[in-house]
Amino acid sequence: MASLNVLDFEKSIAELDENLSKLHQIVADRNNPQNKPDLAGQIAELEEHRTALLSALFANLTPWDKVLLARHVKRPYSLDYIGSIFEDWTELHGDRMFADDGAIVAGLAKLDGLPVAVIGHQKGRDLKQRQQRNFGSARPEGFRKAGRVMRLAAKFGLPVITLIDTAAAAADIAADERGISEAIARSMFEMATLPVPIVSIIIGEGGSGGALGIAVADRVLMLEHAVYSVIPPEGCAAILWRDPDRKSDAAAALNLTAQRALELSIIDGIIPEPLGGAHRDWAESAESVKAALLQNLRPLIGLSAPTLVAQRYEKFRRMGRFTEMEAA
Amino acid sequence: MPPDGWFRRKSKFAPAPAAQIDAQVPDGVAIKCAQCSEIIFTKDFEKNLKVCPHCGSHHRLTAEERIAYTVDEGSWSELFANLRSVDPLHFKEYDSKLAKSVQVTGLGDGFVVGTAAVGGVPLVLGVSDFRFMGGSMGSVAGEKVVRAMEEGIARHLPVVLFTASGGARMQEGLLSLMQMAKTAAAAARLAEAKLPYIVVMTDATMAGVLASYASLGDIHLAEPGALIGFAGARVVAQATVQKPPEDYQTAEWQMGRGQIDSIVLRRDLPQALSTLLVLLTGRTSENAGGLNG
Repeated sequence: MASLNVLDFEKSIAELDENLSKLHQIVADRNNPQNKPDLAGQIAELEEHRTALLSALFANLTPWDKVLLARHVKRPYSLDYIGSIFEDWTELHGDRMFADDGAIVAGLAKLDGLPVAVIGHQKGRDLKQRQQRNFGSARPEGFRKAGRVMRLAAKFGLPVITLIDTAAAAADIAADERGISEAIARSMFEMATLPVPIVSIIIGEGGSGGALGIAVADRVLMLEHAVYSVIPPEGCAAILWRDPDRKSDAAAALNLTAQRALELSIIDGIIPEPLGGAHRDWAESAESVKAALLQNLRPLIGLSAPTLVAQRYEKFRRMGRFTEMEAA
Repeated sequence: MPPDGWFRRKSKFAPAPAAQIDAQVPDGVAIKCAQCSEIIFTKDFEKNLKVCPHCGSHHRLTAEERIAYTVDEGSWSELFANLRSVDPLHFKEYDSKLAKSVQVTGLGDGFVVGTAAVGGVPLVLGVSDFRFMGGSMGSVAGEKVVRAMEEGIARHLPVVLFTASGGARMQEGLLSLMQMAKTAAAAARLAEAKLPYIVVMTDATMAGVLASYASLGDIHLAEPGALIGFAGARVVAQATVQKPPEDYQTAEWQMGRGQIDSIVLRRDLPQALSTLLVLLTGRTSENAGGLNG
């Protein structure tokens, strides 16, 4: 049961957790003959050991470990953050053209009393949800719903917050038929000139165009163990080495961690996660995300629309590395 | 985002095996159309703008050929030719792939920009060269697309881009991905300046390029038979249960799905471009007759 949701490098922690939970049960049960006074000391020792082990493990995560953490099935998803960060969350459905895509949720809410629009990818937790939400891979109508809600936010002067968590945009024939490429392109095009502040946070997987399609923002932040990539490591490995199993080499080559994205000036900041990853403490993760949202949104609130749009343009305009040769 | 190598559909034009050509014909004088298997004399092939005279297949062009086939003679003036890709991530074999592409194509990178006139209409022209790492968009291609659009705004000229690309260039990681946002933002500025932006999709226009500046034109033209789509065949096969239709991701299929305004034969493209640009900008309004009176 436990092992299903535990990554390989988390196994030693999982074993400790199991032992600890047994000990706690014994301590709680006065009638248990094993309940002896020295157990409390044993528990404290084990917990100290656990913290040390977690710190050591998480100080040496490889890029591939981070990919696995970003995809962790127990990691908080957009709706989990939305539920604990915002008040008066009111979900809005549908793109007014074709359908309501479950892979992207959108709505209005209050952040610390301030009305905002919130848009986020949503993965499913069980098989039924995953099918309904297409595993968080947005279809054209998802991007068009996002666009509709962003235009609504612009009309009423509400800041926009987007939460990014997708492996990639939908790549099936039906998505192509309804113009998935145009939907992503149009979303970026509209975000580039949206006259209200936009803050995007990559909470899990930032999978190429499907992620960037709703991440053209004034501030782009990543959670500490989130990833952001031009191509999934498996796809990259298949091309580079004709071997999808070399995904950990590909993950390293792609520079997809939050730390590298910050060094490359692709993102503006990193939000720390609880020790052991966001999935170990949803409440603490949500608090960090809320604090980062407030901190990053506040300086944008007073800016005029032309200033916002000009600064956003300059931010993306600068991205890229190349040289200019001297004229011969 | 798929890089080079994914969309190399079997080339439509393979060099003809010697045995099939008359023994008197020296090397390089004829090719065989892989689409219809007819033998074509290279001279005829080039005179026909690299379109097979038998079956009408439109063969991929180099940027140089595209410019020569499109612009008014003597009007081309290249811009930003001094931009070169670097290897910011020290990515496996990127350096050597770049060097090889530079050597094969004689280009600095896979996207060429300049000013020109087409049918007498001045414009900024950008052309992607598929030979250069599959026309993939890294920092240089993204920068040149943006500069082409900014040049259009600065000089108050329409912008016409010929696309041919497998998508974002994997070897520059997130820096390539960000070119999608950067080019989309520039397209938004061009739109605000109310300058015409025409995209001509040629074989192949895919993934990160189709999902950014290529899909944001005022008008979308395409060459017949061009491969145009979001994901490569392998990814689509993984994501879809049913078998794709025969014409899946062709220009004709995309036009049927509402993504393309018109499919235009190569020989008709210059005329189509100048006609559209005149219609959009009203350059000849003095001839408008009754409506002006």
